[in-house]
Amino acid sequence: MAKQRAPLEYNRRWQMRLWLFLVFFFLYAPLMALIAFSFNNSKRNIVWQGFTLDYYRKLFNNDSLMIAFANSLTIAFLATLISLVIGTLAAVLLWRYRFPGKTAVEGAFTLPLVVPEICMGVSMLLFFTRVLPWPNDLTWPFNLGSIVIAHVSFCFPFVALVVRARLASFNKEQEEAARDLGANDWQAFRDVLIPHIRPALIAGGLLAFTLSLDDFVITFFTAGPDTITFPVKVYSMLRFSVTPEVNAASTMLILITVVLMIIMMVMQNRAQKKAKE
Amino acid sequence: MSAVDQPAPNGARAAAIKPIIGFRNISKRWGSMHAVDNVSLDIEPGEFFALLGPSGCGKTTLLRMLAGLEVPTEGHVLIDGQDMSDIPPNKRAVNMVFQSYAVFPHMTVADNVAYGLKIDRVPQSERDNRVQEALDLVQLGHLASRMPDQLSGGQRQRVALARALIKKPKVLLLDEPLSALDAKLREAMRFELSQLQQKVGITFIMVTHDQDEALAIASRIAVMNKGSIAQLGTPSDLYEFPASRFVADFIGSVNMFEGTLISDKPEEATVACPDLSPYVVHVPHSVAGQEESTVWVAIRPEKMSLHKDAETPPAVSKCPAAHNVAKGEIKEISYLGDISIFHVMLANGRLLRISRPNRSRWDQDDFTWGETVWVSWDGSSPVVLQS
Repeated sequence: MAKQRAPLEYNRRWQMRLWLFLVFFFLYAPLMALIAFSFNNSKRNIVWQGFTLDYYRKLFNNDSLMIAFANSLTIAFLATLISLVIGTLAAVLLWRYRFPGKTAVEGAFTLPLVVPEICMGVSMLLFFTRVLPWPNDLTWPFNLGSIVIAHVSFCFPFVALVVRARLASFNKEQEEAARDLGANDWQAFRDVLIPHIRPALIAGGLLAFTLSLDDFVITFFTAGPDTITFPVKVYSMLRFSVTPEVNAASTMLILITVVLMIIMMVMQNRAQKKAKE
Repeated sequence: MSAVDQPAPNGARAAAIKPIIGFRNISKRWGSMHAVDNVSLDIEPGEFFALLGPSGCGKTTLLRMLAGLEVPTEGHVLIDGQDMSDIPPNKRAVNMVFQSYAVFPHMTVADNVAYGLKIDRVPQSERDNRVQEALDLVQLGHLASRMPDQLSGGQRQRVALARALIKKPKVLLLDEPLSALDAKLREAMRFELSQLQQKVGITFIMVTHDQDEALAIASRIAVMNKGSIAQLGTPSDLYEFPASRFVADFIGSVNMFEGTLISDKPEEATVACPDLSPYVVHVPHSVAGQEESTVWVAIRPEKMSLHKDAETPPAVSKCPAAHNVAKGEIKEISYLGDISIFHVMLANGRLLRISRPNRSRWDQDDFTWGETVWVSWDGSSPVVLQS
């Protein structure tokens, strides 16, 4: 009676199907509802009242939200750039050199990954108010400096992690070959090592970008009245009521993140195909 | 001392010609590990020199110190008479072909070859010409626009060769150049490498653990063991006149017998080896050893002959030094086509290895398993070693 199944055919059992359904339902149904209700023509946003794009229109006319959005993009861009440099240098340092206290340094680099975000947020708040008060009246984008620094602190370990993993597959003879052919240290780094870790730079960069763009907790503690970011703004809108406008804003954030992720995966695939020896 | 220590012809030459490479009391230590231990060595221009030894003998470290990729703990490296102590690898007139070839995977074949010239800011037009020239030299002209992942192992090696040779180095360094190739290709590349060396006329220094490879290509070989040079000489010097048990054993295969030097006269020396008793080994020259000291007799398998069993040892005519004989039983025959290798067990259980060319198509039928045979060798065949 019991039919033999190929190893990958277990999804034909109804229990398995039910389980899959539940997983997908609880993962994606809330997101779907969020997106669907962003088109809901109702202020109360409880019952479906008909399709409208009004709230998207409203969104784009909401200056403070747009400023927050611009802030978010700027912060993400700067934080990514700085994280890439610091993260790559950290990874190369840990990969290439042996020095006393290396394990401690390695641990310190991964600390921002494991420290609860709320603690990071509070510590940043204290740091930027007590230890190094960040002036409020700087011009754009320098007024975002404290947030950028805070974001770099939790983004660069991700870059370092990804780059380090990629470095493990680097054939050191290639760098030696470059040196042997006349390249100085910097030229060998630029011409041989950087091309090798390029896929990791893309992956790490996009990871840092999305982390920074989405971050709420740490930003919440470091943002000033004039330096609101998109997620913080969405939160403040929520405090009054869950209007479809909030839904629309969230949908936009999801969209940007998803698009970036897709770009990352495509670029990674392409790089992998190219790097295959 | 006559046959064993005949001065190698290179000894005289080295004094006359200015060496292109000089190692002066080079040592390299990592902690308490002596990778290279006080090595001094001169390499002449135009040589195809091989550093040969088992893994971990320090040969690669020596090569890397020459390229500047390792810094000697003590001593100096001279290239063309100049001390290289403070010269980084990118400023040395030597180029290297790495064991992994280290072809840059993100550059085309032509870009790989051009890399050294680009770094040196050679103008584009000259660069293009020289790249074409270098690629033609290694017969890769038609693959200039390929990416390395579209090449075979042998082709990648040629890219590495062209990339190193395009810089017109004074010396080309090759780190285990043939180890990653399959057997057939390896044979072909041996020949090509020596052809290439003659064509470009520069000094090649090769590191290898493969004694066949070193014998086949190199004009001179330094056999290394535990960080020092065990023996330096031409391939035939090393094979026919090994200076120590290590060299005799490492190069080719050998039958080695421990024994006592009974007498050592200018015209004849006699060694008593327990494994070969009741017979003693006679060599028709002095071995310059202390009588009663322990020595080792080394005989190459192809220098021993087999004779059908008879009441008495084979006649003097077949075997000039009448007493260089042993009696045993054939335990194993390896038929390799061109030669057969016989394992003959002596009365005391010791196995001898004897190779015999199959010059006629029926030669392999001459002897069979379990047959009792006499083994003989010419008095000039054994090498008597004192270490």
